[in-house]
Amino acid sequence: MANQVLSNSDLDAISPRMVLDKGIRRTGYKEVTEDVVSIVEVKTPMAWWIAFGISFLIMSMLFGMLGYQVMTGVGVWGNNSPIGWAWDITNFVFWIGIGHAGTLISAILFLFRQKWRTSINRAAEAMTLFAVACAGIYPVFHVGRVWRAYWLFPIPNTDLNMWQNFRSPLLWDVFAISTYGTVSLLFWYVGLIPDLATVRDRATGFRAKIYGFFALGWRGSAVHWNNYEMAYMLLAGLSTPLVLSVHTIVSFDFAVSVLPGWHTTIFPPYFVAGAVFSGFAMVMTLLVVFRKCFDLEHLITIKHFENMNKIMLTTGTIVGYAYGTEFFIAWYSGNPYERFAFINRATGPYWWAYWTMISCNVISPQFFWFKKLRTNIPFMFVISIFINIGMWFERFVIIVTSLHRDFLPSSWGYFRPTYVDICTFIGTFGLFMTLFLLFVRFIPMIAISEVKGVLAADKHRNLPEEVEAQMADRRDEIMKVRA
Amino acid sequence: MSLVQISNVKKTRMPLDQLGQTDEFRGWSDGLPVAGGDELDSNSRRDILKIMAAGAGLAGMVSCRRPVQNIVSFAKGVEDLIPGKPLYYNTVFNLGGVGQGLRIESNDGRPTKAEGNPVHPTSKGAANVYAQGSLLSLYDPDRCSFVMKDGSASNWEAFSTFAKTHFGTLGDGAGLAFITERNAGDTFRATVAAAKKKWPKALWLHWESLNSDNAVLGAQLATGAMGEMVASYDKANVVLSLDCDFLGADATTVLPTKQFSKKRRVMNAGDEMNRLYVVEGTYTLTGGMADNRLRLKPSEVAGFAADILKLVQETGEAKVEGEGRKKFAAAVVKDLKKNAGKSVVCAGPRQAPIVHALALAINQALGNIGATVTLQAPLNEPQVDALKALGTALAGGQISTLVVLGTNPAYTMPSDLNFADGAKKVKTLIHLGMEHDETATLAQWCLPQAHFLEAWGDARSSDGTASIQQPLIAPLYGGKTPTEVLAELAGLPVARSYDLVKSQWTATASGDKEKFWKKILHDGMIEGTAFAPLKAAVDVKKVAAMPVPSASSGNEIVFQQAVGVYDGRFANNAWLVELPDPLTKVVWDNCVTMSKKTADSLKAGMGYIAEPGDMVTLTVGGATIDAAVVVMPGQADGVLGISLGYGREKVGRVGKGAGFNAYKLRSSATMGYAGGVSVAKAAKNYMLVRTQDDEEGDRQHDRPIVRETTLEEFAKEPKFAQEVEGPQLDSLFPDWAYDKGNQWGMTIDLNTCTGCNACLVACFAENNIPMVGKKFVAMGREMHWIRLDRYYVGDEDEAQIAVQPLNCQQCENAPCESVCPVAATVHSPEGLNDMAYNRCVGTRYCMNNCPYKVRKFNYLNWNKGKTEIESLGSNPDVTVRMRGIMEKCTYCTQRIVEGKINAKTDPAGRRAVREGDIVTACQQTCPSDSIQFGNINDPNSMVSKLKATSRNYALLAELNVRPRTTYLAKLRNPNPELTAEKKPAAAR
Repeated sequence: MANQVLSNSDLDAISPRMVLDKGIRRTGYKEVTEDVVSIVEVKTPMAWWIAFGISFLIMSMLFGMLGYQVMTGVGVWGNNSPIGWAWDITNFVFWIGIGHAGTLISAILFLFRQKWRTSINRAAEAMTLFAVACAGIYPVFHVGRVWRAYWLFPIPNTDLNMWQNFRSPLLWDVFAISTYGTVSLLFWYVGLIPDLATVRDRATGFRAKIYGFFALGWRGSAVHWNNYEMAYMLLAGLSTPLVLSVHTIVSFDFAVSVLPGWHTTIFPPYFVAGAVFSGFAMVMTLLVVFRKCFDLEHLITIKHFENMNKIMLTTGTIVGYAYGTEFFIAWYSGNPYERFAFINRATGPYWWAYWTMISCNVISPQFFWFKKLRTNIPFMFVISIFINIGMWFERFVIIVTSLHRDFLPSSWGYFRPTYVDICTFIGTFGLFMTLFLLFVRFIPMIAISEVKGVLAADKHRNLPEEVEAQMADRRDEIMKVRA
Repeated sequence: MSLVQISNVKKTRMPLDQLGQTDEFRGWSDGLPVAGGDELDSNSRRDILKIMAAGAGLAGMVSCRRPVQNIVSFAKGVEDLIPGKPLYYNTVFNLGGVGQGLRIESNDGRPTKAEGNPVHPTSKGAANVYAQGSLLSLYDPDRCSFVMKDGSASNWEAFSTFAKTHFGTLGDGAGLAFITERNAGDTFRATVAAAKKKWPKALWLHWESLNSDNAVLGAQLATGAMGEMVASYDKANVVLSLDCDFLGADATTVLPTKQFSKKRRVMNAGDEMNRLYVVEGTYTLTGGMADNRLRLKPSEVAGFAADILKLVQETGEAKVEGEGRKKFAAAVVKDLKKNAGKSVVCAGPRQAPIVHALALAINQALGNIGATVTLQAPLNEPQVDALKALGTALAGGQISTLVVLGTNPAYTMPSDLNFADGAKKVKTLIHLGMEHDETATLAQWCLPQAHFLEAWGDARSSDGTASIQQPLIAPLYGGKTPTEVLAELAGLPVARSYDLVKSQWTATASGDKEKFWKKILHDGMIEGTAFAPLKAAVDVKKVAAMPVPSASSGNEIVFQQAVGVYDGRFANNAWLVELPDPLTKVVWDNCVTMSKKTADSLKAGMGYIAEPGDMVTLTVGGATIDAAVVVMPGQADGVLGISLGYGREKVGRVGKGAGFNAYKLRSSATMGYAGGVSVAKAAKNYMLVRTQDDEEGDRQHDRPIVRETTLEEFAKEPKFAQEVEGPQLDSLFPDWAYDKGNQWGMTIDLNTCTGCNACLVACFAENNIPMVGKKFVAMGREMHWIRLDRYYVGDEDEAQIAVQPLNCQQCENAPCESVCPVAATVHSPEGLNDMAYNRCVGTRYCMNNCPYKVRKFNYLNWNKGKTEIESLGSNPDVTVRMRGIMEKCTYCTQRIVEGKINAKTDPAGRRAVREGDIVTACQQTCPSDSIQFGNINDPNSMVSKLKATSRNYALLAELNVRPRTTYLAKLRNPNPELTAEKKPAAAR
């Protein structure tokens, strides 16, 4: 098929069909199935093994470090007094933040009928789950007595013989994160069922049994579809407030305290915006690589990236505005501790962290005002990495620079990470990548049924003739699949 | 006391006890090198460790019994041992020849805490850092634990045999020399006298590297008779200190501080307060308390003192004019004259005898002698000549037998004596010491010395009062005291220290000797033994005519007494090594302090936040050391300060590698300070660790932390300290009523607190505070439950010092409580902020949310590797915390509970807790009585009364945390004629 020149209307975000790149490959039902499912069906490529091997080694380092820490004590990290939380909670918030894009894309964009989401939601949701898994490590392992961490759950417990302290934001955290993790997993899994059935249908033997088991006997009947759509809609509705609540509650860990630099009412919206910002950046980083590797450039197109860049530009600007507001309020409130805390962020011993944060988070997304730049894949890849770095530094700045100089100058201190801090953090990337590689190897990384749904929706539109013709050609085939 | 009884008391001790009975253990312990000697061929570290491990095991058994000799008195407590109830004994601690009356808490036969003896006239219930810290040395696993001959194990019998033959052939004692620690106790003196009689030609040196010989010689200059000046600071309205740190290192701290603070207690606006002038080069605790302070090089102090004397003698109204030093002198003299007979002028031991003579003359001219100042016979005779004689004899190789008893001359002797070289010429060197130290490595015979809590003895305190030193535990390592060894060497008929001491004191007693003996043991002091005032007149004219040494022009270095390790004897004592220097806040090292200007001229800077700082090379008369720099605002330019006692070469595991040896720079002519110092920046760096180590952390940044004003302003504005606080914030929820029972609270008077660190050590001992080591203090993980914050106030050159003790403030609206997810820190019905260790999982959220940062987290298992013997010193009433949990000051909750139980079970009937029933450890030992603790429900309690005064303020009250510890604002009483042109250094 001859290359087509994309027109402006092709890039209309509302028109889902046009988002798919028709210029390179066919995007018929069969092609979509073929292109996506074949990824999990072909012989495991060598490159996957290499990537998996490296990730697995890094993940092993994570577990080694955690084991060492549990055996020796939290003191293997660089935390001290006054800096009781440092990289541990920085990394926790960082990963939880990343975990925001998936549910946002799946749930909120779903409710807003942003159908272009269909190509990216599966991977984004998987990323969410894995990021939450990485994040979950820290609240558990940062405590002094890890073997007692279950005391944070309100389960009958003969050791405590009483309820937990429901006034503590850390307890809210427990609920928020466990709820978010559970709902995200369900949402992801429900969305997966039709696709798992597709894989099952194409598989044989033991493989078919496994996929069959997880497909829950999906046959694609109208009742199935009806129930499925309903369940999906309900879960989307459930997830939507969670997207906002998780990071709001994470921000309460700080906002509820008395510490200057933490004790601010702006934190909930600011944290949510930051989380979406970082989540999209991470989705971007991953998809730029994986669409190339798995030859999905016709399904995940420049249009998707452009839309994501627009969201990053928006949320990045919100975050920048929040930084400015914080400073303004620090001055306007007349609170000398607050004022000192913010001046200290910018000019104190951790000035480098602050300015890294500002350059990465506020300045770098501003390039996306230019269409040329927001449709330039290498450029956006670099910017997405910058944003990932910047958002990590945002959490570091909030946590460490607020703690290191608070009320009484006599107690001021400084934090330096130890090798265990660093290796544990790197190790979480190993865990993340290991899980993500397993995901792309065993689960369709694009929501086939949803993409097809988009195709079907377009059917009644005014399609270019050739496309109509193609579709007519393959009607039988299509009907077979749908049956 | 039978073993069985004790075993019932302390079940945890049982296994060891039983272990000792097994054949297996017996077989093993019999094979120990202590008995044989084959196993120990060399004193390599490996072997030493083996021996130590064995010693620790054995010592665990030793602790199961109380000493054999008869301890009879219960100073406070019950008739017999009640399980879980501690017993208290009064005893005395001899440090540098001066006794300090102590009351020791003993739990199941293990001394666990040293407190001041309340009836002792120079202790009055308080104890300084050394006296309290010395307890830990008892359980030092690195102590000398067996007799060593030429590097291999031996025993006391072998030594006795050797001594009998060797010392029997010494004739009149030519070629024999003794170097002993100082001890003013009568038994020791009598034994020395007997030995002197036996060997009339023997050389004697009673050596202390930190001594007050100059003061005694100064009195001799002024009066013709040796004497010591004793000041009553509680009678003085004006005090002039001439380089004398009488509130800190240059005295036993306790009594002068007690007296001084009495004159500084201001309840209401309009109350009087004393005025302290300090003239000094380096910064000291006394300088920190000064109302007016003049920075002078130590060599300029003599000239300044002479000026003062001259001005004092002038008649007529003095005019305060001129600049700097001249103006200061004129103002001081005017003030002194106004307070003639009600003032004190004191001189520091670093200063030459002439300065002491001048101080006496000034006191005489002002009519202070007899009123605020008395002269008394010296506790210890000056050893200047003895030192010279011994040095010559050593250098000439005239000494064949040298006996060193309880001191470490190889480390502490002036460098010009070259002790180590001289000692090599000595054929037989016998060393009795607590540690295998520098001198022990030179010695042929190394004998383990008994700790003062292990042996009988006596001592005299600064006013001459004698006390009996009674042991609380049988020697853990079979040590003996200098007196015992000396008695044995001299072949005295009685050589057991108990018999020596008892016969010494009961010989002259009239009446029932046994009763008298029991009484003096019980009291911990012997009444009527204080020295009478010396009948010697100060010849003012003679002193005024004496030539005053002129000041030197170059840099000068001051040798300071370390607030932790003293002269180096506590270098292996973790409590005292991890005790922050009160001014520099350095732990685990000493440092060279210098003013900013001096540091800038050397281009040397200090390191902050545990980063390496610059080192300087100090050269004095050919001797050179490198040491790390700390910039000390307010220090005189061109004056360097360095603490002695660090840089030990032969020391246990704690002291290894700590600090720089300043003794190398100190010669017998420059014991106090040395001039002609050449100093240059060294190419090396060194990491000093400070507990308050942020670059901006030494200043208050205009925050109302230590609220401070002048006495004058206070009279005008009595509520100045409370003004910065906003109105009390209301809550939706009603407050807890506290309408019955107790409600605890504390006040800390910043006006009397000198920052002496005694409260820290008291807390270490009481609450089993673990010491974490230099590496972890550098990471900010020290575990001190109470800390002393030190802030510089005012400009860099004339900076004043403000000190603030900070423990848990026990907030009523505690930010830590609301954030703990597992409710491990909760409020008690008596207002305390309780910590449930068992419930804590260690999220550290409470620490983050604590605005005072007084919560301490067990990042690692700080008790790991603690030997059995070290564990003996723990307070059984306080949990030893595991890793991974948070801890903090509890207001000594174990003492609160004990006080409540005692009130409930009072034989006279159940009653409420009364004022004074419960004292916290820090309060108990505070020499300035700055800390008050009590029931704030009781309007008549001291703490309620203090909280009602207008100086009372809550730190960070603006956060609405409502702390229960409140502070009484600091006041200074500067001479208006000296500060008129300047506003008082920051009201806040």
